[in-house]
Amino acid sequence: MTSAVDTPAEESARPAPPSGLLTVARAPGWVRYALLAAGLVVALWLPNGLYPAVAVDILCWALFAVSVDLLLGFTGLMSFGHAAFWGTSAYVTGLVAIHAGLPFPAAVLAGALAAALLALPIGYLAVKRTGIYFAMVTLAFAQMVYYVANEWRSVTQGENGLQGVPREFFGTDLSDDYYFYYAILPIVVLGLLAAWRIVHSPFGRVLVGIRDNPARARALGYPVHRYKLTAFVLSGFLAGLGGGLFAVGHRFVSLDVLHWTTSGKAVIVVVLGGIGTLWGGVLGAALVVRLEDWLSFSGFEAIGLVTGGIFVLVVLLFRRGIWGTVAHLARRRAAARRR
Amino acid sequence: MAGQAILSARGLTRDFRGFRAVDGVDLDVAPETVHALVGPNGAGKTTLFNLLTGFLPPSAGRIELAGRDVTGLPPERVARLGVARSFQITSLFPQLGAREHVELALQAPSGLGWRFWRSAKLMRRYRDRADELLAMVGLAELAEAPAEALAYGRKRALELAIALALDPKVLLLDEPTAGMGLEDVDRTVDLIARVRAGRTVVMVEHNMSVVGRLADTVTVLQAGKVLVEGPYEQVRTDERVITAYLGAADAAH
Repeated sequence: MTSAVDTPAEESARPAPPSGLLTVARAPGWVRYALLAAGLVVALWLPNGLYPAVAVDILCWALFAVSVDLLLGFTGLMSFGHAAFWGTSAYVTGLVAIHAGLPFPAAVLAGALAAALLALPIGYLAVKRTGIYFAMVTLAFAQMVYYVANEWRSVTQGENGLQGVPREFFGTDLSDDYYFYYAILPIVVLGLLAAWRIVHSPFGRVLVGIRDNPARARALGYPVHRYKLTAFVLSGFLAGLGGGLFAVGHRFVSLDVLHWTTSGKAVIVVVLGGIGTLWGGVLGAALVVRLEDWLSFSGFEAIGLVTGGIFVLVVLLFRRGIWGTVAHLARRRAAARRR
Repeated sequence: MAGQAILSARGLTRDFRGFRAVDGVDLDVAPETVHALVGPNGAGKTTLFNLLTGFLPPSAGRIELAGRDVTGLPPERVARLGVARSFQITSLFPQLGAREHVELALQAPSGLGWRFWRSAKLMRRYRDRADELLAMVGLAELAEAPAEALAYGRKRALELAIALALDPKVLLLDEPTAGMGLEDVDRTVDLIARVRAGRTVVMVEHNMSVVGRLADTVTVLQAGKVLVEGPYEQVRTDERVITAYLGAADAAH
């Protein structure tokens, strides 16, 4: 024994701090159900309290943020090029909707699958790197996709963008953003549930192991690169789901969807909401999209300055992000009460 | 000897930018023995471990596991072939609980880890076996505790539990008693003596009393080369070893 504190009795007397992985899952059952119910109520009410177009953007960005958090928070990989998947899906969705005249969910699915397909080669090359090098590789590929879209005018219409993406759905009139919001809500909820399932699956447990200690995971026999690649492709699909809905939501696709600032905004949203919290990304998306809308409505031009400033404040003061900080405080209170 | 060795190396060499950490090592580990690697700091013991487990590719030489060439295989492949290792510096998943570690190790050989569409509750099928292993290393009471909250000796015990969870043919232990107090050392020695049945154990160990109590064969490394190899009693009294290592260690104590 190195010291008296090492006795098992003392250790077990200390309340075990729950792992950072399952912040919500380890909350008491009633807290989880209450949060879920509150989330659903807010989601159903949202387009009544906000401009429906803003509410639609929030849903799309929620999926995007969760896809980034799947890598950043649960696999330990910071993608700085996720606009490649969001934007590729936006273009593919737009093209399929315009030229094939399919119902919009089918077009979005095609876009998301295209994003996942693109994530395969990019991920294959990127997951061999870690840390800042991984971020740089993803950024470099995203820039390549941006330039291809910019040059390939016959398909993407270059700087003019894809105009007139239809909201076709078996002849239903979805031109009103209010109704469109409720049309895409089930798709978004399914996407979020998929992310939740991935995180709380045997696969998700392996990802957290890889995030915490890749060498140890390899020594256990887990092929770390292949796990990371799978996570990357799943994340690309979810980002694509958001990007496709975004294209249909705006009825227009511009090069902005592939711009590196879009990748950066996704990371900011996740950090603000709380890395590795999943639902934090949804919250972050709601706040950032709402704030940007409010700023642009009030005629303020330097929106990036405000979001960037908030980002810096969060990193300096609330490292855990909003969701992470609240969960941490709740846990501390619960632990104090037990004692 | 070479024909029946479960783990063997021929001319194993590893260079780091002009520095030769492991230099033409020949090693034969006989099945179901405890084989200790000793030597002064910088002798190349941990590098040799990393070569044998695929964590480093060798600059030259060949490694065989039960007659099969495993040279250059990545660590996860080596692990799947039945070689489990522990790390010199405690290497755990800080955010996961003790039981979650063992469950993750037990799950590794199955395909369950790929099931991203299933519930993590499926991993409960490993719970009983995990609790058995935790009890074996004296962590039964601490199954829920996250690894980062465990005391040092407990972390080492957890390392051993997850290595055992792989049910390895060959268990490589990098300084299993480093930094432990006497009581923990005794417990670890007892544990290794118990789990060695039916397995081969290769261990790097500085504590010569531990080596004496466990090892059938001792290989002494110096400056990346094999200095002496033989049974503990013989190696202990070897002039060259006393000069190179034991003398220095005695002086240090």
